Amino acid sequence: MNAPRRFPTRINMRTGRVDITHGAGGRAMAQLIEELFVRHFDNALLRRMDDQAVFAVEAGRMVMATDGHVVSPLFFPGGDIGSLSVHGTINDVAMSGARPLYLSAGFILEEGFALADLERIVKSMAAAAAQAGVPVVTGDTKVVERGKGDGVFITTTGVGVVPPGLDISGANARPGDAILVSGHMGDHGVAIMSSRENLEFETEIRSDSAALHGLVAEMVAAVPEIRVLRDPTRGGLAATLNEIAHASGVGMRLDEEAIPIRAEVEAACELLGLDPLYVANEGKLVAICPAGRAEALLAAMRGHPLGRDAAIIGEVTEDDMGFVTMETGFGGTRIVDWLAGEQLPRIC
Amino acid sequence: MKYVDDFRRKDIAKTLAARIAAEADPARQYNVMEFCGGHTHAIFRYGVQDLMPGNVRFVHGPGCPVCVLPIPRIDNAIELAERHGAILCSYGDMMRVPASKKRSLIRAKADGADIRMVYSTQDALKIARENPDRQVVFFAIGFETTTPPTAVAIRQARAEGLDNFTVFCNHVLTPAAIQHILQSPELRELGQVRIDGFLGPSHVSSIIGSAPYDYFAEEFQKPVVIAGFEPLDVMQATLMLIRQINEGRFEVENEYTRVVTPEGNLKAQALVSEVFELRPAFEWRGLGEVPWSALRIRAEFAEFDAERRFALEQGSGQDVKGCECPAILRGVKKPTDCKLFGTVCTPDNPQGSCMVSSEGSCAAYWSYGRFRIDRARARTKEAAA
Repeated sequence: MNAPRRFPTRINMRTGRVDITHGAGGRAMAQLIEELFVRHFDNALLRRMDDQAVFAVEAGRMVMATDGHVVSPLFFPGGDIGSLSVHGTINDVAMSGARPLYLSAGFILEEGFALADLERIVKSMAAAAAQAGVPVVTGDTKVVERGKGDGVFITTTGVGVVPPGLDISGANARPGDAILVSGHMGDHGVAIMSSRENLEFETEIRSDSAALHGLVAEMVAAVPEIRVLRDPTRGGLAATLNEIAHASGVGMRLDEEAIPIRAEVEAACELLGLDPLYVANEGKLVAICPAGRAEALLAAMRGHPLGRDAAIIGEVTEDDMGFVTMETGFGGTRIVDWLAGEQLPRIC
Repeated sequence: MKYVDDFRRKDIAKTLAARIAAEADPARQYNVMEFCGGHTHAIFRYGVQDLMPGNVRFVHGPGCPVCVLPIPRIDNAIELAERHGAILCSYGDMMRVPASKKRSLIRAKADGADIRMVYSTQDALKIARENPDRQVVFFAIGFETTTPPTAVAIRQARAEGLDNFTVFCNHVLTPAAIQHILQSPELRELGQVRIDGFLGPSHVSSIIGSAPYDYFAEEFQKPVVIAGFEPLDVMQATLMLIRQINEGRFEVENEYTRVVTPEGNLKAQALVSEVFELRPAFEWRGLGEVPWSALRIRAEFAEFDAERRFALEQGSGQDVKGCECPAILRGVKKPTDCKLFGTVCTPDNPQGSCMVSSEGSCAAYWSYGRFRIDRARARTKEAAA
């Protein structure tokens, strides 16, 4: 990118729309970058307007994660695609136990997208990044023709550093370990569904979208022996536990009554014929640690605002078939399987 | 969720399980057919079978509305969207059900057909209002529960003069299907299946009432207990059936009194008979042609009948070779008896309708079933020996 320049008139963010020139590499693109992205994401690295961000690296192991965001609708109770794109990637970095340092952001904009909406999204991203203390230091913008995108897609990448002494991976669960979750399951998915165009229903439920690295820092400080951390996003808790069981070559046994689910989420799922264990979260994590350290980990989690409702929900078992089973609140047993296809509402 | 939780209490389940164990005669076998997919789902999701003694077995019936629809009708639905260019509105359950030639609504949609998933008939009407220059067809499926809303939509379309809206009617009737199962040779002559009693439909009975079951309880001497869809409903109703069987009674009893009355919902019944009439016969997947088992739109509402408006092909689509859905729907076979089950047929890649809907027996077996663990263990043991 060239050095900042003055433009005779400012972009009209109130009524303007994205057009093809905003991605063409010319003056219009430079102006959009300066007046929108650099203005809101403002930080020293970005202000240099280079094609990349250059920063010093601490000694130790680095982590890198990337996440594409295509959520519909773009704005939902408790967040929007902007805050989600910051939280999602920070969480992916943090699930290694790492301290996230920097983010990049790639925007794919659809021709005709309202600049007012884009500004609202960028402001929300900037606020989320500032609150998390993880700045957006480099980025990219492309514009696609009308009809070839869905308003805006955002891909973010994050880097971070793992504190020494940690070895956290989905492949590390061992029989006998305790399984914990940081709070209520299913809030994000239900909030999104409640605002979908053909499915509007009244609910107080808001997305749980949040950056979890602060919670993770306290957890690894209290219990460095944590073996697995994972955020149960798409496919919900069920998919995440099946992934871990598969990667670690173990089984799991859950206690349905111990899994925290809000009454409103349960009610919405009941109505739509969905199972809350398969509904997405964006501000929750699953942790697995040696059974003897479970109480200490639970206490550390409950001491943080984002882990207030944490609970121990089950244990890792020896099972080379990798089955996740659950004792139901009713006293029976069932398998908690991978999600097949997409959860579809039942009709009767 | 206070209200629902009351019907899922572990302590009551334990008490009921103890009662069932005490009253079930160890010298006899109790084969209970739950007609509805809703019951099948509850039995698996809550692990109700685990709480039953070994001689009380649930036989899964054909009461899954998407499972019983024969392939040619799904082919017709795709044809409406593809050949006639209509916007086809369908309930979500239907989207992944296999049609012929390895197609389904969801694949036809990916191929460019305008197929939209709706949550109610009202959504379909809205789409018709918003697209006055397009034909909009509602793919109506389901038992007596989903029929009244379709009747309402047709009346509304007439009142509004929505001349681009039609209904592809596939509504089917429960009592006719139960009667057909009881008359099947497998049951009556060959003795391949024994059914000792029925858990009667829950939501369906809220519309039609309990009286329609009187005839076949008497005729076929099988007890029927109408049961709600919660796990405690299923257990309580099973206990009531065991008592009837022990005492040699065959009555229609109602466990679901909080919703179902003997006469049912008269207003809904009136609406349905205003708009629909009986079809002389209708093909069910698994049961074949069943007389007087389905509804069609009355001549007075002909302009809203997709089958009259569009010339539809007489389909001949067949089930996938080896698929046992038909026998499973009749209760003659268990999902695990099917060679395709769990090998080429899984919820991710369903070959038959029973693997698609959460109310289908195969899907419930696969998704919640303990048998997978037992099967895997058996295999490991075999290998070790």
